Amino acid sequence: MKLLVLIGNVPDTTTKIKFNADRTAFDASGVQWIINPWDELALTRAMELKETTGGAVETITVANVGRQETEATLRKALAIGADKAIRVDADVRDAFYVANQLAQVCKGYDLIFAGIEASDYNGAAVGGMLAELLGIQSVSAVSSVQIEGGKLHLIREIDGGSQSVSVATPAMAIVQKGIAKEPRIPAMRGIMMARSKPLEVVQPVDTEIRVSFESFELPPAKAACKKFSEEQGKELMHALREEAKVL
Amino acid sequence: MSVLIYTENQDGKFKKVSFELASYGAALAKQMGTEATAVSLGQVEEAELQKLGTYGISKVLNVADQRFALLDNQAMAKAIAAAAAKTASKVVVLAHNNLGKAVASRLSVKLQAGLVTAAQGLPSSLSPFKVSKVVFTGKSIGHVLIHTDMKVLTLSYNSFGVAESPVSLVVESFDPGMTDSDFALTVEQTQKVTGKILLSEAEIVVAGGRGMKGPENWGAIEELAEILGAGTACSRPVSDEGWRPHSEHVGQTGKMIAPNLYFAFGISGAIQHLGGVSSSKVIVAVNKDPEAPIFEAADYGIVGDAMKVLPQMIEAAKELKA
Repeated sequence: MKLLVLIGNVPDTTTKIKFNADRTAFDASGVQWIINPWDELALTRAMELKETTGGAVETITVANVGRQETEATLRKALAIGADKAIRVDADVRDAFYVANQLAQVCKGYDLIFAGIEASDYNGAAVGGMLAELLGIQSVSAVSSVQIEGGKLHLIREIDGGSQSVSVATPAMAIVQKGIAKEPRIPAMRGIMMARSKPLEVVQPVDTEIRVSFESFELPPAKAACKKFSEEQGKELMHALREEAKVL
Repeated sequence: MSVLIYTENQDGKFKKVSFELASYGAALAKQMGTEATAVSLGQVEEAELQKLGTYGISKVLNVADQRFALLDNQAMAKAIAAAAAKTASKVVVLAHNNLGKAVASRLSVKLQAGLVTAAQGLPSSLSPFKVSKVVFTGKSIGHVLIHTDMKVLTLSYNSFGVAESPVSLVVESFDPGMTDSDFALTVEQTQKVTGKILLSEAEIVVAGGRGMKGPENWGAIEELAEILGAGTACSRPVSDEGWRPHSEHVGQTGKMIAPNLYFAFGISGAIQHLGGVSSSKVIVAVNKDPEAPIFEAADYGIVGDAMKVLPQMIEAAKELKA
């Protein structure tokens, strides 16, 4: 089985969000870039599957859309243990643009992992779009992936519970927290090996831009917190009813 | 031309979010000078279907095919696309929850539509079509232009609210032309926790963090939640420690929620946590540390021990609900 993990390059989750002077674009100065947290968990699960299924998983490929500066993120994915990386050399436009680029390079994989969303623009769309473009089944909000007899057994979150489902390959698993316990940290040996692993750079295909950001704003500042003492739990509850009118 | 909304159901009833979508669809249709139609997939009781009229929906395309209970994303996208074609809809709106997100992304490809997820409120302009959305997990808001003729939106929960505007409703059976091969997913087993308030739809959420010290202390959180009819949630360290299930984790890598009232007990309020809850209308924080960042985001707060404050709040909640 050939596995593919989509890798997003996103600002560190502790980043304080700033925009340029006319608020038309994210200000990336001084930002640390990381593998999108869900993608990192997906890659970790892909590694576990490769190690525990006795040869059922032949290769793990990682792919992203981004300029050369995003290669550090792909190299980290290789250092964690992916065998090969593909980078489509283009600026990230909208989700469809990304999905359509990936569709050109994602053919022939049995199982594709996508994170449930990216922590920057919260699109939650690339995985589903790519599955539709490839004409393959997709299962979302997945917290467990097992491979058994060439079939995929998944657990997904549904309203008020969870559900075990199975699908034939090829398929897309759109994963959330719980898919792996902790993301893997690259070891020194992995970092050394990553340098010589193949990283293929592919040119983008023409794709229409369907949506674009016109401007951004920061949420309005909150009024000061109204404080009560440790003995005034009841008073606070009464304020929620009489003043805030939410109880 | 029409606005189409996809109304989700569970066990033969519409989910609460469907009525917010109906209200939103009706308001958007009015703004566009057109009608709002709903599409319902799976078996839903007649009385439930009729409720949509209360919120301004004039027609519902009813696909009473029980195979949709499988929640097969591919099949659902196909059926909604057929409904959009049938009603000549230009805008299709789904809920911004696990199911809505998964289906909308596939649907947008089928319809060659521009997709905006986590949309908030009505478009600020129709030409060009401009709508705002959550970005950076609630740390910011983006104004997005959709350039395509067809548009798909997923609406953030509680960002529009429910508004009644009764119209007469027509229920029309609709056959989207599904075949067995469209339903390629096999459901093996379903585990449901009954009687629990859905976190994604809860009006009140009671959450605990590491300051609760251990899973054995969650009884008070659950008791307060039960009295208030609230959902329960937790911070990331709590789900990472396995004190609570991952499905309860709210914050950047967990769920984003937007209830009317959010209680944070023993949660310090790391930037990742605040992102996931900052859309809540009113935030109440109880934390020992007066410098905890949660107080920056909170409307009401107590600097103190959650274990001491919770019993007082439970007592007050009982009185208020009595």
